[in-house]
Amino acid sequence: MSQKRDAAIVGIHEYPSRDVEGEISPLQIKAESAAKALSDAGLNWSDVDAIYDAGDGGGMSGLNIAEYFGLNPNVIDTTGVGGSSYEFHAAHAKRDIAAGKAKVALLTYGSTAHSNARAIGVGGRGGGSMHPAENMDAFAGMTLIANYAMVAHRHMHQYGTTSEQLAEISVATRYHAMRNPEAVRAMEDLEFLDIRETTINDVVNSRMIADPLHLLECCMISDGGGAVVIASPEVARDCRKPPVWILGSGEATKYPKNGGDITSSAAVQSAPQAFGEAGVTPGEIDIAMIYDSFSITVLTLLEDLGFCKKGEGGAWVSGGRLRFDNPNGPALNTDGGGLSSNHPGMRGIFLLIEAARQLRGESTSQVKDARLAVAHGNGGMLGSRHSAGTIILGRD
Amino acid sequence: MSDPKRPLPRADEFDTRDFWSATKNKEFKYQQCSNCETIIFYSRRHCTGCTEGNLEWKTATGRGTIYTFSVVRQSYHPFFRNQVPYAVAWIDMDEGPRILSNIVGVTDPMNDLKIGQAVTVEWEEHEDLCIPLFKPA
Repeated sequence: MSQKRDAAIVGIHEYPSRDVEGEISPLQIKAESAAKALSDAGLNWSDVDAIYDAGDGGGMSGLNIAEYFGLNPNVIDTTGVGGSSYEFHAAHAKRDIAAGKAKVALLTYGSTAHSNARAIGVGGRGGGSMHPAENMDAFAGMTLIANYAMVAHRHMHQYGTTSEQLAEISVATRYHAMRNPEAVRAMEDLEFLDIRETTINDVVNSRMIADPLHLLECCMISDGGGAVVIASPEVARDCRKPPVWILGSGEATKYPKNGGDITSSAAVQSAPQAFGEAGVTPGEIDIAMIYDSFSITVLTLLEDLGFCKKGEGGAWVSGGRLRFDNPNGPALNTDGGGLSSNHPGMRGIFLLIEAARQLRGESTSQVKDARLAVAHGNGGMLGSRHSAGTIILGRD
Repeated sequence: MSDPKRPLPRADEFDTRDFWSATKNKEFKYQQCSNCETIIFYSRRHCTGCTEGNLEWKTATGRGTIYTFSVVRQSYHPFFRNQVPYAVAWIDMDEGPRILSNIVGVTDPMNDLKIGQAVTVEWEEHEDLCIPLFKPA
């Protein structure tokens, strides 16, 4: 294998609370998470020479975030493409480190979406800005979930996918969430009604929110945040934890096209870049950290990443395949995912964090000898304009 | 307090203002490039298919088919919360443009609508423009 090991995740932190009750700001979550991720790596603030920021702490973040952290980085990257921003940031950090522009890159995220009662998840509404595309869409009252529901409906129409098959994704993530104390506490704090492992029947009998998607196919609306530290090989060798190498990356966007196929996503473009660079195939992947805003997001992305053929995802996920203790694998969202652990709006950073935990052997649903992981973020809205960031990770 | 209203497009948005202006006459306009024949929708000032674009306005018949749809059962929007359940759909116009809209004129959208079903535009009149909703053909 001729993998290039240019950069590695060396520090991670997931902010533990999903309900800060309005007592802490997104910027404060970012800073606290950064300090803990640096400490996890055995590094300090003064080691950081590159900052990656999606603007979640406020506008003009490229100007403000370095001051807030008290840093003077050589690289500032404010790529903001929604929930997949952190996969884009990881890709850019690897590129910048390989180019010799930086040695220690800091990625942070903070959100108080739950405290703000922000309209994501089941009741959110898209649109609202003055982009011309939004000026065409806003009158129709498409909720966020309706955007995804229309992908699911078309997927069912084209390929015969069923609600029971989609429910497999919700069931697997809840199975993992129940093993993660932070996820259980999240569901308690957010007042989930029935906190337990679920069945396919539970999912398909939960309340319909936007046909054909049910309540238990929708992500939670939490507070939260986290940080990831990425470092050069020289720095990584001296860090406290084993390095988790970024082996490949891919980026893409997709948007509505006249006559286009809504059942496939920008991952069709980003995945071959990432797998090709890493020199691995989906069949070798142990851990699939896939953005689970809704059940259909995961099904679509698994197909587009190449785990199975387009349209065959429903059958492929059936039989509990995605559970961490199923040898057929891969294990899906072993932290409990956005569906059952943490979704403050832009979940992409948690995909990197849990993938790193697995490759270090630190997950609460640990896959034995996990060697390779994919983290795939989807930003924006799957059924219209969205971004795709694919990162392949491997351990020594 | 007046009843909450449907959110309306801005008539002065640079790229889409000519589309919305034509709706006053209940005309569904779209663009096609006379150089490379690309259909442009939503409307823009530039051709996305070639750099020598020459965009011409055309008028659609208003007929199309449902590409996909969902029935919204829950919304927190002040207007749409009172409309549930309602159908949101991507419509493929016969001429090629794909537009997001609502399907109206059905009593039970869950059972009365199908992907692939023929629909036709149903203009909803407002003060400065009309909104292109759709109903079964």
